[in-house]
Order: sequence, then C-alpha cells, then structure tokens
Amino acid sequence: MSTFLLLTITGLGLGAMYFLIASGLSLIYGLMGVLNFAHGAFITIGAYATWRFMEAFAGLDPLVVRFLLAAACGVAFGAAFAAIVELVLIRPLYERHIEQVLVTVGLGLAVTALTEAIWTPTQKLFVMPHWLVDTTTIGGARIPNDRWVEISAAAIVLVALLSFLRFTRYGLIVRAGVENRAMVTALGIDVQKAFTLVFTIGGVAAALAGVLSGVYFGSVDPLQGTRLLIFAFIVVVIGGLGSLGGCAVASVAVGLLQQYANYYGSQHGAGSGIGDLSVMLLLAVVLLVRPAGLAGVTATRAG
Amino acid sequence: MSALLDVRDVHVYLGQSHVLQGVSFSVPEGGVTALLGRNGVGKTTTLRAIMGLAPAGAGRIALAGEDVSQLATHRIVQRGVGYVPEDRDVFAGLTVEENLRVAERNGSARYDLVWELFPMLKGHLDQRAGTLSGGEQQMVAIARALLNDNQVLLIDEPTKGLAPNLVTEVARVLERVAELTTVLLVEQNLGVVRALAGDAIVLDQGRVVHSGPARALLEDQAQVRRFLGVSGAGS
Repeated sequence: MSTFLLLTITGLGLGAMYFLIASGLSLIYGLMGVLNFAHGAFITIGAYATWRFMEAFAGLDPLVVRFLLAAACGVAFGAAFAAIVELVLIRPLYERHIEQVLVTVGLGLAVTALTEAIWTPTQKLFVMPHWLVDTTTIGGARIPNDRWVEISAAAIVLVALLSFLRFTRYGLIVRAGVENRAMVTALGIDVQKAFTLVFTIGGVAAALAGVLSGVYFGSVDPLQGTRLLIFAFIVVVIGGLGSLGGCAVASVAVGLLQQYANYYGSQHGAGSGIGDLSVMLLLAVVLLVRPAGLAGVTATRAG
Repeated sequence: MSALLDVRDVHVYLGQSHVLQGVSFSVPEGGVTALLGRNGVGKTTTLRAIMGLAPAGAGRIALAGEDVSQLATHRIVQRGVGYVPEDRDVFAGLTVEENLRVAERNGSARYDLVWELFPMLKGHLDQRAGTLSGGEQQMVAIARALLNDNQVLLIDEPTKGLAPNLVTEVARVLERVAELTTVLLVEQNLGVVRALAGDAIVLDQGRVVHSGPARALLEDQAQVRRFLGVSGAGS
C-alpha cells in the first residue's frame, strides 16, 4: 500500500510538470494554431536561469529565499524569452504552418546546442532548500517533499489559468479566439495582443516546469526540456487541443500510468521503457476512440 | 447623398480563383443598400474584402473618404464597420452574455438598443450560444454588431435558413437598424430586399452588372430573371 501511495504521489508530481508544459502548448495551439516545438526551450531556459541565479546569489541567506528569488528570475527569463519569440519569430509567420514548424524546431535545437556549448552537456546539480530534498512519511510511504510543491504549483497554475479565462476580458477573448479567431478580429479586437499574452503565459508555465523539473530530478541538463516536451505533446493530444480541463486530466493519467507501468512492469520482468510504451499505447487508444482527444474543441481559423 | 463606403476596382483571389474581378460601387450614407446576385458570384467575398478578411489583391476601399483597404480587420472595425457574417459565427461555447461582452468596444455598449430589439435574449443570457436555435443565433449575431455605434453594418444573408415568422422578425429588426445606421445587405429573399433596400447592386461572375434603385430593379421581371435567376415574386 505504501508503494502504491508513493507511486501515486510521484506520478501526480510528474503529471503536474506535464500539465505546466502542456497547458501553454494547448492554449497556444488552440488560439493561434501554432505547434510550438520551441516550448522545450522555455523549460530549459527556466531551469538553467534558475541554476545560474542560484550561483549568482551564492551569498544570500537563508537558502529558501535564495531559491525562491532564483526561481522567480528563471520564470521571468522564460516568460521574456517566450514573448520575444512570439514577437520576432512567430508573428511574421501566422498562417504559414510549415515555416512555423521549421522555425520552432530549429529554435528548440539551437537553444539545446547553445546550452551544451556554454555549460557542457553534463548534468548540473540543482541546489535547493533542504526541506525539498527531505521526505514526509504518510501511510508508511516516504514521500519526497518536492512532489507536494510540484502538485501545488500545477494546481495553482490550473486555477489561475481557469480564473484568467473565466473572469478577465483577455480570457474571454482567448476563449472566443480558440473557437473562431477571424470573428474575434471582425469584432474590432487586436487578437495579436492576445497571441503575445498567451505565448508569454505559456512561457511562464513552461519555465516554472523547468524549475520544478530541476527540483524533481535534482539536476538540469540541456535535453531535459526536450524529453519533457515529448510527453507534454502526448498530453495535449490526449487531453484535446485547446482544452485546459482535458489537459489536466490527461497529465494526471500519463504521469500515473508511467509510474505504475515502470514499477509494476519491472516487477514482472519488463524493461525500463515499459512506462513510456504504456503512454504510447494510451495515446493510440485515445486517438482511435476519440480522435479529438478527451475534451477537444474544433477551432475555426479561416479568415 | 454622399458615398459613405466606396469600393473601387477591387480584385480578390482565393487560391487559383479570381473571385472579384474589379468590383466597383458606392454605398450612400443612410438606409439599406442591397448587394444581390446568384449563388457564388462574390457577394460574401465582397463583404469579407471590405472587412479585410479576404485580402484585396488590388483596388481601393474607402470609408468616409479614408482608404481602409490596407488596414487590419480590427482597425477597419474600430473605424465603425459592423459585420454580421453569413453563418452567424456566434461563439458556440460562450454564453449569450459573453458573446455580447466580447463585442463591446470603447465602453459605450448600447445594451438598451439590444434589449429593445431582442428582448428575448435577456432570458437566455446564461445559455451557451451553440444551444440556441438558428433564429436566436442570428439575433445574437445582429445584436453583437449593434452593440457599438457603427457607421455602416455589413449584413450577410440574415434570413438564410430561418422560418417565415423569423424572417419577418429579422426584417422588422433590420428596418429599425436602418433608421440608425447605414446597412449594406446581402440577401436572397427579394421580399425582404423590396421592403428595406433603397438601392441595389447586382454582382455576376465577380463584377458589378447593375446598380440603381432597388424598387426599379425588382419591378422589372426580365432584369430580375436575368441577374438573379428567379422571379421577383419572392416574399
């Protein structure tokens, strides 16, 4: 029972990171029709900026303040980078989907290569407050404390995003734009401002995922963002493009499935890739049964 | 009357198709001008070109003397152009209230006018627009365009697919709208055109083939058959 509880909380922690990445991907695609393969770069920048600021703030005490400050800087860097990417690279390429894919794939590869060139491909240990590396015993299971932070962060981001979409004018514009972008402009709304905002929000969430991935794995490396991005794309497809609720459910499902399959599979002699394989099978089943995903919406972008 | 909207030699290409082939006409200030023609002659594309939604390959579109043909759609709308598209295009997942709220501009939304014309919408504010009937969705689409004080409204086939009693209701609303603003109306129902339009422009194969008083056109059965392919007895 304690193993099951540990797997569940760990799966939820992993799912929380997937949600933070996938929520931005989903909103960006839903509103703008952009498949952002550079999203992994936002994760990497958030993680590496946090790691670098931890070193830069070396004299700052206590450690928790130093970490929070470095994490805030990491998230700010990720957000700023996302906004610049939208303004400089994506904006000139609206409706040119092939070019968008090429540019975002290229940017993702470039950021990874640049990170390797500057800081080498080796893992960098993530310095963090002691409480985060400690465990809490619940029902006999020793749960790493960072899992609570990851789950809480994802829950807060989910509530914040839903509140933004439900209660603000820009949220209303985004929801309308996900359905029919051309009609939103035909109501006199500069939808490009909403594009920049959504891209930046996606950057914030992805950079936060980058920080938390450093905490979860205890280190950062140049390919961490890309590895997480693959599963985030799967989450987006399973959840349904443009749906935050679907994204949240799919994140939890993928995180839990990966953990359960890895553990129980290895108990029965399966190889280490059984968790990833299970996720691929889940994706195949969802695509066969519900091609639009669990809560997919059909957007109209003709215009 | 001076021309509020002036369309000069506008060409629109959609893929390989040369849909508008030098369309020129003027819409005078006040009243309703009907844009008529058989299916597929470019009426909807003309409205979309004015809105900046179908990029004009060549030509000039002027609103109150200002060239708007190079402006982004939202800038054109902000200069006072309202649009009710052919397929209504209400935001199905948003409530009626949200559909109206998203259309608000400049903090001067005319809800009094909307409630006067569409009192039934008040009872559906919390209902998702996608669950409304076709007639109710049309009311939301027109209400959305009326919420702001526009110089001209472009309305595309507002009675399409509606039951006869709703056609009468929409015509009554458009009559009231025409008292407040200039309307460029694409409409297949010639009874509605006869009741509302002062002028008529007829398109055929991407070109304007007739322009003049609507009543004179509709009373000439030969012209109606020739340009529109129907008898003029439609109600």
